[in-house]
Amino acid sequence: MTVAVASIARLEQVTKTYYMGSEKLDALGGIDIDILEGEYVAIMGPSGCGKSTLLNILGCLDRPTSGHYILGDVDVSQMEDDSLSEVRGSKLGFIFQSYNLIQQLTVIENIEVPLYYQGIAGEASRDIAVEMAKRVGLGDRLDHKPFELSGGQQQRVGIARSLVNDPIVLLADEPTGNLDSRSGAEILDLFNELHGQGKTILMVTHDDDICNQSQRVIRLRDGLVESDIRNG
Amino acid sequence: MDNRVLATKNVNPFTPARLRRTIILGFKSLWLHRLRSLLTVLGIVFGVCSVIAMLAVGEGASYEAQEQIRRLGSNNIILHSVKPPDTDSNSTEQTYVIEYGLTYKDLERIRGTIPGVTVVVPNRIMRKRIWRATYRADADIVGTVPWFPEMKKLRLAEGRFFSDLESYEKTNVCVLSASLAPKLFPLKKPIGQKVRVGSNYYQVIGVIDVETGRPGSSDEGSRLDRLYIPLTTARARFGEILRKRSSGSFENEKVQLHEAIVQVHNQQEVEEIALIIEGILQRHHKKRDFELEVPLELLRSAEATARTFNILLGSIAAISLLVGGIGIMNIMLASVTERTREIGIRRALGAKRRDIITQFLIETVLLSATGGALGVIIGIMIPIGIGAMTDMKTIVTPEGPILAFSISAVVGIIFGIYPAIRAANMDPVEALRHE
Repeated sequence: MTVAVASIARLEQVTKTYYMGSEKLDALGGIDIDILEGEYVAIMGPSGCGKSTLLNILGCLDRPTSGHYILGDVDVSQMEDDSLSEVRGSKLGFIFQSYNLIQQLTVIENIEVPLYYQGIAGEASRDIAVEMAKRVGLGDRLDHKPFELSGGQQQRVGIARSLVNDPIVLLADEPTGNLDSRSGAEILDLFNELHGQGKTILMVTHDDDICNQSQRVIRLRDGLVESDIRNG
Repeated sequence: MDNRVLATKNVNPFTPARLRRTIILGFKSLWLHRLRSLLTVLGIVFGVCSVIAMLAVGEGASYEAQEQIRRLGSNNIILHSVKPPDTDSNSTEQTYVIEYGLTYKDLERIRGTIPGVTVVVPNRIMRKRIWRATYRADADIVGTVPWFPEMKKLRLAEGRFFSDLESYEKTNVCVLSASLAPKLFPLKKPIGQKVRVGSNYYQVIGVIDVETGRPGSSDEGSRLDRLYIPLTTARARFGEILRKRSSGSFENEKVQLHEAIVQVHNQQEVEEIALIIEGILQRHHKKRDFELEVPLELLRSAEATARTFNILLGSIAAISLLVGGIGIMNIMLASVTERTREIGIRRALGAKRRDIITQFLIETVLLSATGGALGVIIGIMIPIGIGAMTDMKTIVTPEGPILAFSISAVVGIIFGIYPAIRAANMDPVEALRHE
């Protein structure tokens, strides 16, 4: 491993506690993870191990109960709501299992959504979105609605949308979970390609095959890091 | 490494370009549920068009009433003779003569005591049959003074009214009302011809203009069959006692004057002088056999009625707008729940609470403004339709549509705020998980 590579997302003793009535539930019990720039990380674990909670915190959708989360060089762990929105919009790219495209918008409009919240509109926005659509191989589907596309194509739209703000980390939540093996493989190829271009990717998955493609596998169990292995 | 500063940029959602995008997006979302949006909007459409239509009808009605009263003359006090109610009981005696009403002396007293009063028009009205060759018509013979048309604001279609000299000399001349003329002279020009009442012939010298009284109003000269002759002539030809035939028996009435118009020079004094006149008459009449009509008072009360009417109509319309607004709020709440996931996605992709509020608020305002615009169009057409199909007068003042449209826009904002805030306050994690 090269020592010079900068840390891009660092969790320090992050805990998350939920209260279900009077019942206390520790979803995360003190996590330390340091993700370096350009890494391709798979996060695995059985259901209920805290994967989703961890991803929500990494994605700035939720705040840790204690501990610190340093994204880039800013501590975002206790930021207020609007600032978190800003961080999500400018620093992070989300890819969901069920694509989460907005049904009434076309492909190009879906890709443009994050730009809109960054105050980029009109020609500039359209140009960036078209470029991203081409990059994921959807240059000829710009004016289709999501329901007119196959699952694999919809996920490509999702990936294009996550790239449009040039985020520092891509967060993918089981991106191939709803796809057949062939389209799944195509999507994984796309991730590999993005990784090759230097993108930092964090992917939650069940699939052992995907683990083999990634550089580093973090396994969670009961809200703690069970293992953190780099594949060479 | 991409190390852009993570400071919170303040992206203003109200730049023209972004606002345009949000509005287009709003239209798209509403278009997705066309029928639902249309039904929701209907509440506002009906609210707005009822505001406009009701105001127009109310405005028209009060204008009409005021015009009618104004034509009676707001400076005038009109006195009527009324048969006292208790005289009816002993009218079984056939030869009994009932004497009542205004007298020439009353007018002399009014003229003599009250300084602000200048013109007094005495009228004597008798129901008679009028003949012209084989044509006949029953009409009111009105004995009056030469300045009668001026007081009643009547114009003549042809010929002239009788002069002071004709009045002085008790000449047999007459002027026909617009409706009477064609009954007696269906083919001929009436001017210069003669009509017969009883055993006397009267030369026609003029016809009142139809235009004076608009159709629909119970106006002198146009709708009523009337024959105007000089008061002096009437006294000389018909005497003081009138004989009426009623259910088999004769009834003799002695009435000097049936009607008199007192014109007050200063409008401020009209009501005061009306009270004085009433006092004078009361002192000299044992029974209440007269009536005072003050058009100015009628005008005032008509204005007050119109105001009450408008407030009533306004509140009904406001309630219907309120109901429309509640309908919009209902639908927007449903829409927020339905689009929870979309809200979650947008929040994940960087939308701030403010952005979500703006989006939903704009949708609500679009709904209510579209409804308002449709309502204005329909609301302006309704009074036109009413005017075309009935002879009711409607007036659409610019205030009506402007008021209705602004209320609908305000309703949209007020009823949109709560759903929008609810949408913005959703937890992004929960919203993303929503199916």
